Amino acid sequence: MTVQDFWAISPEISMALLALVVVTVDLVTRSMAKVSAVALIGLIAPFVLTLNLWFGWFGDPVAGPALFGTIEADRFSLFFNFLLITVTAGTVLASTKYISSDRMKDYGGEFVALVLFSVTGMMLLVSATELITIYVALELTALPVVALAAIHRTRHAVESGTKFFVLSAISSAILLYGFVYIYGFTGSTNLEVILERLLVLPTQAGVPFGSYAVLLAVIMIVAGFGFKMAVVPFQMWVPDVYQGAPTPVAAFLSVASKSAAFAVIMRIMYTAFGEPGLMQDWSGLFAVLAAASMTVGNLLAISQSNIKRLLGYSTIAQAGYILVGVASVPANQVGATFAGAGAQGALYYLAGYAFTNLAVFFAVIAITSRTGDDSIEGLNGLIKRSPLLASLLVFGLLSLLGMPPTVGFMAKVVVFGSALNANLAWLAVIGVVNTVIAAYYYLRVIRAIVFEDPADTTPIKGDVPILVATSIAAVGAGVLGFAPFLVLEFAESALSILPG
Amino acid sequence: MFDGLLSVTVFLPAAVAVLVAVLARGKQADQQIRWIAIGATVVTFVLTVLIFVGYDRSEGGVQMIDYFERWIPVDALRSSYILGVDGLSAPLVLLTGILGMAAAFASWRIKTRVREYFLWLLLLETAVLGVFLSLDLLLFFIFFEFELIPMYMLIAIWGSGRPRYSAMKFVLFTLAGGALMLVGILAIYVTPGVNTLAMVTIPELGITGIPELMAAADLVIPAALIFGFFFVAFAIKLPLWPVHSWLPDAHTDAPTAVSVMLAGVLLKMAGYGLLRINLGFFQETKGFTIHDVAGPMAILAAVSVIYGGIITVRQTDMKRLIAYSSVSHMGFVLLGISAIGASKADTSAGGINGAAVQMFTHGTITGLAFLMVGLSYDRTHTRHIPHLGGLWKKMPLIAIFFLVAGFGSLGLPLLSGFVAEIMVFLGTYSVWPWPTGVAAFGVVLAAGYTLWMVQRVFFGARPAKPGLSDEVYDGLEDASWVDMVPVIALAAPIFIIGIWPSVITEVFDIGIQAVLK
Repeated sequence: MTVQDFWAISPEISMALLALVVVTVDLVTRSMAKVSAVALIGLIAPFVLTLNLWFGWFGDPVAGPALFGTIEADRFSLFFNFLLITVTAGTVLASTKYISSDRMKDYGGEFVALVLFSVTGMMLLVSATELITIYVALELTALPVVALAAIHRTRHAVESGTKFFVLSAISSAILLYGFVYIYGFTGSTNLEVILERLLVLPTQAGVPFGSYAVLLAVIMIVAGFGFKMAVVPFQMWVPDVYQGAPTPVAAFLSVASKSAAFAVIMRIMYTAFGEPGLMQDWSGLFAVLAAASMTVGNLLAISQSNIKRLLGYSTIAQAGYILVGVASVPANQVGATFAGAGAQGALYYLAGYAFTNLAVFFAVIAITSRTGDDSIEGLNGLIKRSPLLASLLVFGLLSLLGMPPTVGFMAKVVVFGSALNANLAWLAVIGVVNTVIAAYYYLRVIRAIVFEDPADTTPIKGDVPILVATSIAAVGAGVLGFAPFLVLEFAESALSILPG
Repeated sequence: MFDGLLSVTVFLPAAVAVLVAVLARGKQADQQIRWIAIGATVVTFVLTVLIFVGYDRSEGGVQMIDYFERWIPVDALRSSYILGVDGLSAPLVLLTGILGMAAAFASWRIKTRVREYFLWLLLLETAVLGVFLSLDLLLFFIFFEFELIPMYMLIAIWGSGRPRYSAMKFVLFTLAGGALMLVGILAIYVTPGVNTLAMVTIPELGITGIPELMAAADLVIPAALIFGFFFVAFAIKLPLWPVHSWLPDAHTDAPTAVSVMLAGVLLKMAGYGLLRINLGFFQETKGFTIHDVAGPMAILAAVSVIYGGIITVRQTDMKRLIAYSSVSHMGFVLLGISAIGASKADTSAGGINGAAVQMFTHGTITGLAFLMVGLSYDRTHTRHIPHLGGLWKKMPLIAIFFLVAGFGSLGLPLLSGFVAEIMVFLGTYSVWPWPTGVAAFGVVLAAGYTLWMVQRVFFGARPAKPGLSDEVYDGLEDASWVDMVPVIALAAPIFIIGIWPSVITEVFDIGIQAVLK
């Protein structure tokens, strides 16, 4: 190992150290506010180190394969590092009050530390360029979340944690099968080497990916990550876990975990299968998953009466929209000039979705922690009880719905536009139809908030940290809507490293 | 190229709205919000005047451009932030400035949820200004749809009667049109050889607009279909028979200021869209041009004018009456546009100019009419015409300006309504004599329903029973100075354009010649 290797994983190292620091601080103080403050200030370190890798300010960090070709601190992984660190900061900030509550104050430090450990895994996951590293990072990502989901030790929470654990284990096993096939077929676990080998191997005409073994492997890999991305038909754990787990954990899962899974699946597909012919093959697979996710997620969301379950189904549908971007590989692209419009749209959608969904979840946390009622009727007349939270929540829902001029609309236009460009007009049409279906249940929630009369008119006052976190998330979503170029230029730069 | 004036004008109301909603605190908050919101609309009005006056007539073309090329820097969907003003949009921007200010003053008496009310009202103004100033099709669409949320809230929360039903009806109609329009936009965009979303050619920026590119391209779906998508979207908004049924409900149940905005500028977005897109894009497309349907358009317009007029005559609710008269009057806009004729040789630019002028004048006249109904309703608490009568004696100012709106509406010479209608008739008669001749009866109907209403409400005897009780009638007060500010603001252009039409016809002519080129 060289010094360069350490620079390449410096954000991850600092994140893991921060988790240890948080555990230590938790030992010496009983104040959870201090624990949160330490974590928030400490997050500056990985953020600055990521910036340093992007700009090369000090220590002469070199982008490129590090740690024997298992990790690459390229712009793609740095893009996701920024996103993940931001999401983590939001989650910690929004959980300040929650971890100080009576039933949590004994494990508040552990809560924060587990979140940070999980994020360390995600940051490794988005930088990993080798199958074994990906697998190990994935496990590091998932195990802390199991503990987080069950941290209340109530019947619901334990059920939620167990469910997540079992399904996570199954999906990892499927994923590992896929990896084994790939390794057996190509003799390498390095993504770039896999592509080189795939291109020289004999192929069967008319079979996707040139052979059934590779096809099977790809399907298994997609299935394995499908659980993490929460796309249909691997979505069944989502509503139960979201409802049973503490809401901050659900927020974290719905955004961070999903982003990391999208990042790694995009890296695998664009690297190991990044040849025009192969890309057409997996593009079709993702297009089908996207259509199924959008449709099933939205249709099932319609009949929900619990806001957390509704949001769970909504995240499934949102994952479908993001997949539209992933699937939109231009059909006419030739050779090395890869126009990654779809991937660019997917990154933009992910960033916009992260801010929007956090705003929605945080607002729901602030409200349900006061009312103790997470049914949609519980939101009745919210505008009279807490105008600020109600406005932020309505704004977030409108963005999820895709109302102009929110980021949700802009991102949908970009991904649907790239789908049209990729000759996937049918997918764009399904997407548009789905936004109309989705309008029904999002508007139902908005109607309850704005028009219904509240059963209880006592004002709801959220605590300051969560109001700040919600407002920042909403403002972030607003800015990304008006200024799409902020993320799109960034994403273009992040994608320039992807081979095509 | 970034002039900045247009961006500031568009976003000033929204920025003030958000700041006020977040910052205003304390017991006096409502009063502060009223004043600051009114201040914002006054400043916006001044800016729109600057835009209208500053538009260089001798130079023409698109001016005061705000251009940010890499707004959506994606290869598959390049969309730029382009704001610009030309002859077509300059007067409509001014109209929005006038009506935005009038609506803010007219909202003085709003008592409930003041903070939210002005937030939505100001956002609405931003949306409308954005529609008139956007020269990128996607940007245009975003502003066009953005207007829905504020309108829904304004009608549903502060409306009367069946506000939620009417608001939802409005939203569903518009959303349906919007979905079709989005399909049309994407169809144009994905056509090989077009790949731009600029609505006009702007030589200064090296941009070739959709009209030129579409003429040369083979569209992915038939041009007639794309034309139809846009036409239906705008027909709903205009509104035309038979997709007008949301309008009377929305108007009747909306608060006064919102009716003013709805009739005054929101309907004009549709007229503007017809001129800019249906007329601008489809003159030389392959396989189908607007000339092919100019005749049916004229007939549809005539039907709308007459149908709207006949329905209007039998209304007994003052607001509903004016709402239906809008259907009739906006029919004239389509009639004027149909003067494009069955071929390029037949085109009468005067008729099209008349359509544009009709949009402007209808905005001020109907805005004024709704304002006067609102003032009268505030005092009498009824809009049911048979219950009213003899109001002239108690509220002379309201009666006089109601009469101004009425005369303007029926086309009395020296008021702006006359200018617009005579331009439409003279221009279109040479192209489509029969539909124009039939539509001319709309003016007769207008005289009938307007004068009859004014006569019954203001001049006739008080109905014995059931009418206003003696206490209510004796307690009626005339308009106060706060009420008169928006009244004067709307009445002034009616007289000015009636006496000196070229103040806007010249500007519109520059824009229309550019579209017809």
